[in-house]
Order: sequence, then structure tokens, then C-alpha cells
Amino acid sequence: MTENLSFDTVPTAEPASGPTPAIVIAGDYLNKLTGEKIERECKDKIDAGAREIVVDFSQTDIINSIGISILLGVIDNAQMAGAKVVFSDLKPESAELFDMLGLTKHVTIQ
Amino acid sequence: MLEQSPKLIHAFGALAELGQEVANKNNFQETIRTSLHLLSGALGIMRGGVARYSRYGRELNMLAVRGLGDDFPLSLSVCIEDERQFLMNGLNAIDAHAARVLPFFQVYAASFDRRRIELFVPLIIRDEIVGGLFLGEKATGEPYSSYEKEIICAMGRHIGVAISQRNLLAEIERHSEENRRLFDDLRRTYADTVKAFATAIDCKDKYTEGHSVRVGKYTELIATELEWSPEQIEGAATAGYLHDVGKLTVERKIINAPYRINAKESAELNKHPTVGFEILQAIHHPFTDVPLAAKYHHERLDGRGYPDGLYDREIPYIAKVVNLADSFDAMTTDRPYKARRPAIDVVDDMRRNAGKQFAPELVVAFLRGVLRELKSETKDRRFRRLLGREYMEAEGLMPAISDALNELEPTSSLTYIATRSS
Repeated sequence: MTENLSFDTVPTAEPASGPTPAIVIAGDYLNKLTGEKIERECKDKIDAGAREIVVDFSQTDIINSIGISILLGVIDNAQMAGAKVVFSDLKPESAELFDMLGLTKHVTIQ
Repeated sequence: MLEQSPKLIHAFGALAELGQEVANKNNFQETIRTSLHLLSGALGIMRGGVARYSRYGRELNMLAVRGLGDDFPLSLSVCIEDERQFLMNGLNAIDAHAARVLPFFQVYAASFDRRRIELFVPLIIRDEIVGGLFLGEKATGEPYSSYEKEIICAMGRHIGVAISQRNLLAEIERHSEENRRLFDDLRRTYADTVKAFATAIDCKDKYTEGHSVRVGKYTELIATELEWSPEQIEGAATAGYLHDVGKLTVERKIINAPYRINAKESAELNKHPTVGFEILQAIHHPFTDVPLAAKYHHERLDGRGYPDGLYDREIPYIAKVVNLADSFDAMTTDRPYKARRPAIDVVDDMRRNAGKQFAPELVVAFLRGVLRELKSETKDRRFRRLLGREYMEAEGLMPAISDALNELEPTSSLTYIATRSS
């Protein structure tokens, strides 16, 4: 199912400074490889003092179970650090999946 | 059930991926970490851990954790009662709150409460506890449904199999290591026994004290020069050490005669190769050629040896190697009726007899080894130790060896074309 997908999913982020939310862009396929990069990126932003992490899903078409688990880890870490997590530009299928698994209870959707 | 369909489809996708992950035989730690991700992601579980069970220590040791924090114990003790209950429960989810009657859930209650551990699943494979799953609350905040517990158990079975396979592999590796050690011990014992036997053979002959041990060492040196494998070198050395074992049955007065023995005595002495073969063939040697070396180490390429007067290719190769080592030692040690010969004479004898008594390539290998040592191209002082420094540093020895090697190099046509004359 995944063989033909592009792995051009290196997440990029804008620098976090002060109250400006740190933005992390998820690639087209959120799996273990790309998910762990996002997780590292979010942790670095929180450690650097960011109090709001925006994960941009505008390019994301597919999210597998490992991707979900990693996002749960991002949410858990952020909550422990008192930071807020925002999921932006979700595709309807992704929104449905997050809702079904309860992720939307812990994040702000925009 | 219908409204649960997307959830089921998502969970079955994770289950399929987990099966693939376990079957892929990737790095074990990575497999377990990925398995925990798949399980968490399948049902939206906020945090959890996978532990491996140590039967000997009665401990659940964490292999992978997600969101359990630094204060969660990485090793959890299990008492006999817990173990018994887990086995009775089988691979089924246990509600951590409802199971507080068990010591395990009482001891770790604080840690479980702090990280909101809701379920514990003992991983039981073939009636043995191999590990456990610790699962926190779901992201939805809802309690686990019975079908979700079924999915957790199905995924737990995969993880349990992965742990069980890993344990089995570790056990095989342990046994294999133990066998290797036992084998090494046996080999050492065998080598020591062979050397002890060689010393015993040498004790019978007071004039050639140490002969078998030296022949063993020369044989080893030749085999090393021929770049044989370590096992072959060890086998060759053994053949050298034991080549004269048949002398144990020859009368001491013949062996120790301080004069040239007569024809009758010589006939008696010449039986020792055959007797040696009979003694050695009854033993199951790791090196099969050892008895053959004893039987044929007095054969010559030109067919003038004994006991069977074999020609060149009829003579087992190991016997040719031992023959050269044996003859070299005979020429370079004092005998009751004859002083040892000067090193240059010995080299000349080997050169002249290459192709007649000795296999030329063996003479080349032997002399090459001596020359390398004389030129200090090797750190070993093997020949010096066996023959004495003064003997080895005789004037003109190096040029004599070089000349012999030039004459005997494989390009020369010295190889005796051995055929049995009809």
C-alpha cells in the first residue's frame, strides 16, 4: 500500500520565539520515519520555550497507526510541558480518524 | 457494530502491519518499539509499555515505553502468586484497578495510578509468561470495550511470539557458546594427551629424547609454511607427535642400541610404522590422517621406503610431511652411533633427496621457513629454539639455503616422476 508513495516528507518548522506558535509541517505520509522527525521537532520547540505547537497537515494524505501513536506522544509531551497543540488544515479523512481515536479531545483544530 | 467499522478497519490495518513487523526479523528492540507504536496507534492509547519476563529473576523488564515518564519502574518484580494468577488468566487483559487484590498491582499501585495504567496483559505463549503489556488510558477517555480488549490480545499474541522467538534464539546462542567452550576444552585435552603420549614415546629412547615432540613441531612448521588451515596444522602436528607410537612395542635394547643395529633388529624396528597404525586407527581422531602418517612416514617417493615400498602419489601427503620432519630431526640431533650433521650438510641432503625421498615442494616450504627466520622476516625463533642459535648461525647456511631454493623452486623439473616399475 505504501510502496508507490513519495517520501518527500521531511518536516520543516519555523523558529519558535516568544508567544509566536511554532509550526511543524507534516509531510504527505505520516509514518514512523516522518513521525519521529515531527516528534523530535516538536520536542525541540517545546524545550526552546514554545507554548503552542501548530502541526500543519495540509500536505498529509495518509496517516498510519505509528503516525497516530507518535502524535499521541507529541500531545502527551506538550501537555506535560503545559503547551498547547493545534492541528491545522486537516483533510476530512484525517480529521475523522483523529476524532474516532480521541486525538481531537486534546488538541485545537483549525 | 456498524458504527465501529472504521475503528475495526483501522485496528486490523495495524494488526496486519504488526504481523509483518514481527515476521520481518528486524532488530528486536526496534520491533518491540514499533509494536508498541502500532498498538497505541491502533486504539488511540495515550501511553504504555512492553516488558519481557525473566523467569529466573521473576521480573518484568521494560523493553519499550511510551509516555510513562522517568519515574515509572523499568523492572517490576512478580511474586509466585502473581505468576500463578497470570498463568491462570492466560493472554487476556487484566483491569489494573479491579486486580488490586494481587500483590503485583498493590506494590506498583502508585506508579500505575500516576501514569493512569488501566490494563495489564500478561503475554503467555505456550503456557509460559514471556512478557507483559502495560496500557494507559485511551485518548477518547472512554473505557476499553470488549472488542478493543480482543484486538489488544491479538496484537499482544504477536508481540509475545516475537519475545518468545528472541528468548529461544538467545537460548540457542547460549547453548552454542557452551558447546563451543566444551569443544575447545576437548580439543585442549586431546592436544595435551597427544603431547603427553609423545613424551612417553620419547622416554623409551634415551638417545633421541624429545624426538617425537620435535617432529611434531617441525611438522607444524611445514604445515604453517604451506598455509594450511589452523585445523589442518593442528592435525599435522598431531600426526608428527604420534608418528613413532609403534616404537612402544619395540624392545628397548633395540631402540637404545649404541651401535648400528643388525638386520634382524632392523626388521623388528621396521615394524613400528605398521604397529603404530594399528594402535592409532583404533582411536577416533579428529584428524583422520594421523594413523596414515604413522604407517607411511618411512616411505620414500622413489619407492625405496618401508613398510610397503609405496611410490610418490601412493604415499599419503601427511606421511610425506612427517617423513621430512622426521628425517630432518634425525639429521640434526646426535645419535649414539653418529653425531649430528652440520646444518649446511643437512640442507644439501634435503636438496639432493628432493624428488627421491622428499616431496620437493615440502623441502622448499621447509627451507623457506628456515630462511625467513634467518633473515629475521619473522618474529618467531622457532628453528633457533629447536636447534640452538649457534647451529642455526653456521657460516654459509643462508647462501646454501638460497641456492637450494633457487634450484628447487616450482619452475625446476626436479619432481621425481614416480611410477611403480612393472
